[in-house]
Amino acid sequence: MAPAALLIATLIVYPMFWTIRLSLYGGQGFNFTRFVGLDNFVRLLTADPNFLDLSQFPPRGAVVNNVLWLVTYTPLVIAVGLIIAVLADRVRYESIIKSVIFLPMAISATAAGIIWLFIYSPSPNIGLLNAVLTALIPGFEPISWTGSVDLINPAIIVAAIWINAGFVMVILSAALKGIPAEILEAARVDGATGPQIFARIQVPLLGPTISVVAVTMIIYVIKMFDLIYVMGGQNGGPLGAARVIAFTQYVETFNSGRAGYGSAVAVIMLVLVIPIMLLNIRRFRAEAGR
Amino acid sequence: MTAVSAALPARREPLATRVAAALARTPIHAALLFIGAVWLVPTIGLLVTSFRERDDIHSTGWWTALADHRFTLDTYIHVLTSRGTTDSLAQNFLNSLIITIPSTILPVLLASLAAYAFAWMSFRGRDWLFLTLVALLIVPMQMTFVPVLQLFNVVHLTGNFLGIWIAHTAYGLPFAIYLLQSSFAGLPRSLIEAARMDGSSELRTFWRIVLPLSVPGIASLAIFQFLWVWNDLLVALIYLQSPNLQPMTVGVVNLLTTYGTEWDLLSAAAFLTMAIPLIVFFSLQRYFVSGLLAGSVKS
Repeated sequence: MAPAALLIATLIVYPMFWTIRLSLYGGQGFNFTRFVGLDNFVRLLTADPNFLDLSQFPPRGAVVNNVLWLVTYTPLVIAVGLIIAVLADRVRYESIIKSVIFLPMAISATAAGIIWLFIYSPSPNIGLLNAVLTALIPGFEPISWTGSVDLINPAIIVAAIWINAGFVMVILSAALKGIPAEILEAARVDGATGPQIFARIQVPLLGPTISVVAVTMIIYVIKMFDLIYVMGGQNGGPLGAARVIAFTQYVETFNSGRAGYGSAVAVIMLVLVIPIMLLNIRRFRAEAGR
Repeated sequence: MTAVSAALPARREPLATRVAAALARTPIHAALLFIGAVWLVPTIGLLVTSFRERDDIHSTGWWTALADHRFTLDTYIHVLTSRGTTDSLAQNFLNSLIITIPSTILPVLLASLAAYAFAWMSFRGRDWLFLTLVALLIVPMQMTFVPVLQLFNVVHLTGNFLGIWIAHTAYGLPFAIYLLQSSFAGLPRSLIEAARMDGSSELRTFWRIVLPLSVPGIASLAIFQFLWVWNDLLVALIYLQSPNLQPMTVGVVNLLTTYGTEWDLLSAAAFLTMAIPLIVFFSLQRYFVSGLLAGSVKS
């Protein structure tokens, strides 16, 4: 007990408060010489086009990219994982197909990022996506998917779905098996079709599990770093088009040598997860009280 | 399945009905086949590429190699031994092992002690401490990097493995304690109380009764922590700046930055980082999945 408590207190809890303090300072590198109050936050939210740029439409910046991830990636990965779980449930080779989908969960985001850079390569002898499109569409010119400001985000989102759909599938599949067979049988007797059973019975009954999975995916989005760093490179994509909040934290703190500014980004990440933290505590208390 | 239907021929549905049912399911099989291909082909493509001659990679697509069988191990030998801008990947591989093994054993050991205390001992503030732990589960690591680096600089933990062992242990502890606490708390109360009645010390009860009965839970935690540390990029980037200490993930990213289009090197390097996780995954998949379920949806 004591060693664990000591480590958590020294390396997590105390540093958290220290980082909040550092976020109020300016200075070069790790020299926090100037107290600047909330200036770092004001600058991040109003005067840093790489972080949040509302001066044009559509808006841009790391925060906007995180929002894009949140509204596209989260529902898509849940839909894909759910569809695979439901389809696999109805065939005999269920365990094989589940292993295949689950496999990317075991490997690093670094390796997964390289696999997808390979698929997206603009060279038609290397990138499978361009090769397939060239074969299918007459006159198609190979596209540099991760080299384009507009395409890099969807390209990385597809890779992230490939990585995490297995997680969603495993959790939802277990919940799916928990639905009593009598309910599905009764629906079939009443003449419900496969899609009707899916939409009217399975999805509603999976509701609570889907919300747990959604929360996990939202946390993933807020914290995501590796995949952007690998697929977008150290600039976060062309003109920084793929930057996200966690990427900004790393770059500002360790590459630009503005640790106070970077700490302010970390504090923003903390603020974003606090609602989820409270939700988890409430859920935990409700379970413990039962 | 077949034996049952053979034994009960009277229950068999007419052939036409069964054919119709099988046909109705064709879209399901087609969809699953397509999905399976989307999930497997990228990895297979990279694997095939890693065994191809350098010139072939740039002149023909990897899908043509399936027919002409011109394969080589040269790239693997090259990335494992060459010392270019980064250290050889063999060194990175060794570093990954040196980083990962203590960073798995330490948190599992410390967490199991703490989880026992949370599950079976009563002390003042226990519930509050555990709620704090639940809150800490999702604190972004980014909130700790700068202060921990400042601390490590003072106590000289930045240029060696000890620092990253400590960091990974601390970052892994909240989840580890949380997971093991629910595993330990699921043991029958009578068992623990009987041991206490017999005068067994807490440490003895923990060691002789709780640990042996919780092997599956501990195994899934150990697999998680192992894969988490092995696959980690961010923590290694922060705490291990000298190239001769860096793990596989950092080595591969360096390779990507330097040789972005040299797919012979990149494909072999990516496969070397994936080798251990894939072995762990295929041999211990059962524990992996059960741990995942225990960790995310508490029943």
